Amino acid sequence: MNFLSIFVIIPLITLLALYAARNRKQINLIAATGATLLLILSGILTYLYLHERAMGNDSLMLFRADILWYAPFNIYYSVGVDGVSVAMLILTSIIMFTGVFASWRIDPLPKEFFLWFFLLSSGVYGFFITIDLFSMFMFYEIALIPMYLLIGIWGTGRKEYSAMKLTLMLMGGSALLLVSILGIYYFSGGDTMNLLEIAQRHIPVEVQRYLFPLTFMGFGVLGALFPFHTWSPDGHASAPTAVSMLHAGVLMKLGGYGAFRVAIYLMPEAAHEQAWIFLILTGISVIYGAFSAVVQTDLKYINAYSSVSHCGLVLFAILMMNETAMTGAVMQMLSHGLMTALFFALIGMIYGRTHTRLITEMGGLMKIMPFLGVSYVIAGLASLGLPGLSGFVAEMTIFVGAFQESDTLHRILTIVAVTSIVITAVYILRVVGKILYGKVQNPQHETLSDATWWERISVVTLIIAIVALGSLPLWISDMIQNSIMPIVGKLMAAL
Amino acid sequence: MGAIFDNFGSGVIPLEGYIFVSLIMFFAGIYGFLSRKSLLMILISIEMILNSADINFAAFNRYLYPDQMEGFFFALFTIAISACETAVAIAIVINIYRNLNNVEVDSLHELQEPEPSETKVDL
Amino acid sequence: MEYTLYILILPLLSFVVLGLMDTKWKPVVAGTVGTAILTIVAALSYYTAWEYFSTANLNGTYQKIIAFNTVWVQFNEHLHIDMGILLDPISVMMLVVISTVSLMVHIYSLAYMKGERGFERYYAFLSLFSFAMLGLVVSTNIFQMYMFWEMVGLSSYLLIGFYYTKPEAVAASKKAFIVTRFADLGFLIGILILSYYTKTFDFGILTSCDANVFASFSGVTFMGASALSWAMALIFIGGAGKSAMFPLHIWLPDAMEGPTPVSALIHAATMVVAGVFLVARLFPIYITFTPEVLHGIAYVGAFTSLFAAVIAIVQTDIKRVLAFSTISQIGFMMVALGVSGYGGQAGTGYMASMFHLFTHAMFKALLFLGAGSIIHAVHSNEMTQMGGLKKFLPVTRWTFLIACLAIAGIPPFSGFFSKDEILAATMHFSPGLGVIMTFTAGLTAFYMFRLYYRIFHGKKYQTTNGHTPHESPVAMTLPLVFLGVVTIFAGFIPFGKFVSSDGGYYHIHIDPTIATISVVVALAGIGLATWLYRKENDASAAVARKFNTIYRAAYHRFYIDELYLFITKKIIFKRISSPVAWFDRHIVDGTMNGLASVTQWVSLKIKGFQSGKIQHYAFVILLGTLIIAAIVIFI
Repeated sequence: MNFLSIFVIIPLITLLALYAARNRKQINLIAATGATLLLILSGILTYLYLHERAMGNDSLMLFRADILWYAPFNIYYSVGVDGVSVAMLILTSIIMFTGVFASWRIDPLPKEFFLWFFLLSSGVYGFFITIDLFSMFMFYEIALIPMYLLIGIWGTGRKEYSAMKLTLMLMGGSALLLVSILGIYYFSGGDTMNLLEIAQRHIPVEVQRYLFPLTFMGFGVLGALFPFHTWSPDGHASAPTAVSMLHAGVLMKLGGYGAFRVAIYLMPEAAHEQAWIFLILTGISVIYGAFSAVVQTDLKYINAYSSVSHCGLVLFAILMMNETAMTGAVMQMLSHGLMTALFFALIGMIYGRTHTRLITEMGGLMKIMPFLGVSYVIAGLASLGLPGLSGFVAEMTIFVGAFQESDTLHRILTIVAVTSIVITAVYILRVVGKILYGKVQNPQHETLSDATWWERISVVTLIIAIVALGSLPLWISDMIQNSIMPIVGKLMAAL
Repeated sequence: MGAIFDNFGSGVIPLEGYIFVSLIMFFAGIYGFLSRKSLLMILISIEMILNSADINFAAFNRYLYPDQMEGFFFALFTIAISACETAVAIAIVINIYRNLNNVEVDSLHELQEPEPSETKVDL
Repeated sequence: MEYTLYILILPLLSFVVLGLMDTKWKPVVAGTVGTAILTIVAALSYYTAWEYFSTANLNGTYQKIIAFNTVWVQFNEHLHIDMGILLDPISVMMLVVISTVSLMVHIYSLAYMKGERGFERYYAFLSLFSFAMLGLVVSTNIFQMYMFWEMVGLSSYLLIGFYYTKPEAVAASKKAFIVTRFADLGFLIGILILSYYTKTFDFGILTSCDANVFASFSGVTFMGASALSWAMALIFIGGAGKSAMFPLHIWLPDAMEGPTPVSALIHAATMVVAGVFLVARLFPIYITFTPEVLHGIAYVGAFTSLFAAVIAIVQTDIKRVLAFSTISQIGFMMVALGVSGYGGQAGTGYMASMFHLFTHAMFKALLFLGAGSIIHAVHSNEMTQMGGLKKFLPVTRWTFLIACLAIAGIPPFSGFFSKDEILAATMHFSPGLGVIMTFTAGLTAFYMFRLYYRIFHGKKYQTTNGHTPHESPVAMTLPLVFLGVVTIFAGFIPFGKFVSSDGGYYHIHIDPTIATISVVVALAGIGLATWLYRKENDASAAVARKFNTIYRAAYHRFYIDELYLFITKKIIFKRISSPVAWFDRHIVDGTMNGLASVTQWVSLKIKGFQSGKIQHYAFVILLGTLIIAAIVIFI
């Protein structure tokens, strides 16, 4: 029994326990226990990982294990983690934990909600721990399907439409992925699905030219790559709070993680050749998302477009293909995951009170609900990259990394991407100014209450994580950087 | 076909005779299945198709492998299966009749999607 | 000198504690804690200054001391952001200025902000600001500076928007943040260019001006200027944004929506001079490699200075007048840096700029605190609501007068000494620029005394809200008196002994010709103001009528705000963002929906095959079987 597999097993046990639960109290208790266990487990994992590394274990992946489960295609359930996966696992655990508390009063069908929620999380955990292409794909699908039900049943607004759109677009992406995974399998020798082993092989460059764009776009759909991002605004706007949190916070990171782990790692030659196309697309994403966010009036749309912009930055940095920028990309995944989760949690809480998400119908909320107001300001400041909060470290690492590429295209795109920090400030401050400050727009809002204890747990956990990442970034950036170095080494060798 | 007429009246029924009967039964069954509207009649048609297969089993066994019994066993087996199947089918038909007062196949469209013109899904 | 770390830690701690406690503590407790911590910080700063200036002098030059340094984040083998404390003459001088003014403001606010909703929050923000500003000046590397730079911007944003229920305050805070953020974009790109070529962020290496460090810049040009010039110019844009240089000055007058003590601390004495500090910090690079950028800085400073002085003449809100006067004075400092040479007696401008920064911080803080005291008494910012206040507010009046004399450049007040050095340096650089600056100095004297007379003299005070104005409580007058005393005597500090362009000893000598001219010009300005405004008369209105066009243009601040409004509302919102959003919803999303619609249309068309009638299916199966059988048999 491998240590890492516990990450997949805990959600499954929680599922069974939830099935037996009888009332809301029990359901909440079980869900909270499961999420807490996961959080503790990720803490232990981080400690063990750092300990192993400190002991001088410098193999690429730690805690390896393989179990054969389909011999004809050499499909193994193989697990292993490096610094990047550990970072992602921490992120997932934090967001699961806060997501459970944010949906403390979910209605209707709380039991079914948590069932799907935990199934989804087991898919996400599985994706991050596995290093077998097929298992990766399978966990990816497990993470995708529950989303349809979670949005379709517990969502708001045009939920059926959004759920359908989101699922179809992501399925479209995964269809591209399946093709490319099979392509990688056959052209790398046809006898292994293991990432590490494929990385040792050489896929012919002519084949890479076709497989790389498929893989990158496949993961890019999930990572909100322009122009495949349109599921994001509608999907996030309709999804219930915890699902938005998990989706924007973790699921979108699957895209960046996969693009980096599969597309670029396995096909470095084609990555170098075709990076410029995707760099332009991601550069557009960054600036386009930011400009779109400026004129939106629905809080969730603003945040969804802001996610497009920030996730664009992740893919942008990955494509820079140097150590600093890639480290920045992973930091940005962490940072964006945390702050966007905080945003969606707060938007959900505000919406639960005011029953509107239109910024034109709100105002002066700071006075009525100071806790939520202050937290919203903190989330906003993290988003616009204030030093001391997570966004700054991530963005600066990306910008410094991107600036090391000195040809004209990279320079221009980098400067374009850097300008997004101003536009981000514009839309964040616009929202904060409209909904939190000023006079109370609707007299009925005067009587609204501030956050409850479970909401406070959720929000405070996220804020602590954001501040911790933002003010003491060295240990985590070191951990990530050390794991990225071999990958960058391989990329450099391919030049 | 010639063999039937050649041996006519000789007391020996040739294999073609059996096949001929079973062919008629089979196509009669097919015709019934395609053209009848009542579920019961369709069921009877299916029985006819099955029976034609049984005749073939028995006949082929008798003429090709006279010293073996598999064909007969298979025929018996098929009869048993078709009896079960009929029992289930009749149970369903009776239930349909109880619920809808009707056993015409054309009128069974409870589970069918309405006509296209009414279902413009909002996309 | 590791104890300097506490200068940063204590205010941060204060911010965290006060912020978390918020309303759980009584206002008086929060105020006392905040003020007590700042007193300790101030004491530590003074001790640092004393120790530094008495021990760090080696062979006549002050050494740079790294009191503390730790890697905060590592980008690659060359580039890493450190968190550290760098002590050198200007950073130590800034420590003293910041902690002094901040302490005064803390004490002053105890009375000024009494009874305000959010008193605890106010003190938390003040602590945050003190932390960020102190961190900024002691930065050991340019990225650390950028970080604290942003944090200073944040605390400014929070404090301007302190009265967050007032729409004007919210708009002003937003404007301040976004305008400076825009400037910081330049700063950031500048840092990126600089660090890409030099492979370091460290001030120590950068300002050593080692040719090897800058070697990789050689031959790299962009649009006719060298990459290094671009980098330094972009970095200056960051400084220009924070220091409200034209055309990025528009946020500062609006920032006066914040509480008045905040204006004194942030928007007069400390934060707004961060840009000057930045240029001073990188001065060796400017002067060694990019003198053309430095000269550009001088011209920008001179223009801003004159421009702001003209506007200050016609404003009627007393805080706005002071805001424009601040812009104008920062222009003086920038000019001084721009015209300065490097090393020994050539570094007049550098020394003068720092000296003026020091004296200006004191007397401008005094002016703002005085203005706060006046506003406290009459509950209005408008000059038209004032007049004849001298007998109600004696302490305020006298200290205000001292500050006015100082800013006008009348000896022996501190402003005279520093401004005189600036004028001398400017004259030496270019007489044309010198004349402009002298004229601006005259305007300064004029508008300050216009302000003074219209507040304290002229018509008899008529109360509008039924109560007589009275002098402020001791907590408010004490800082006034303290700063007044400093303003009187600060000019006699042998400043050149402490701060100079190369850390050596700079001997201040006053050029009698220039001193005489500047005093005469200042007296002329005061005289004119006395004639127009001392007694209530029609002369001022007549002058205003005579220069009607320019008067109106200046009153509307030369329509720069309208220009900005046009750019943001009409260009960014209407011309960029709205079309982008439309494009997203209708073209990109439309394509996706179009794909879905096409799929649906096709499926509706072929749906007829699946009739759901079992007999149809059976027929097709039969037909198919027969056809396949026929094919197998006959072909």
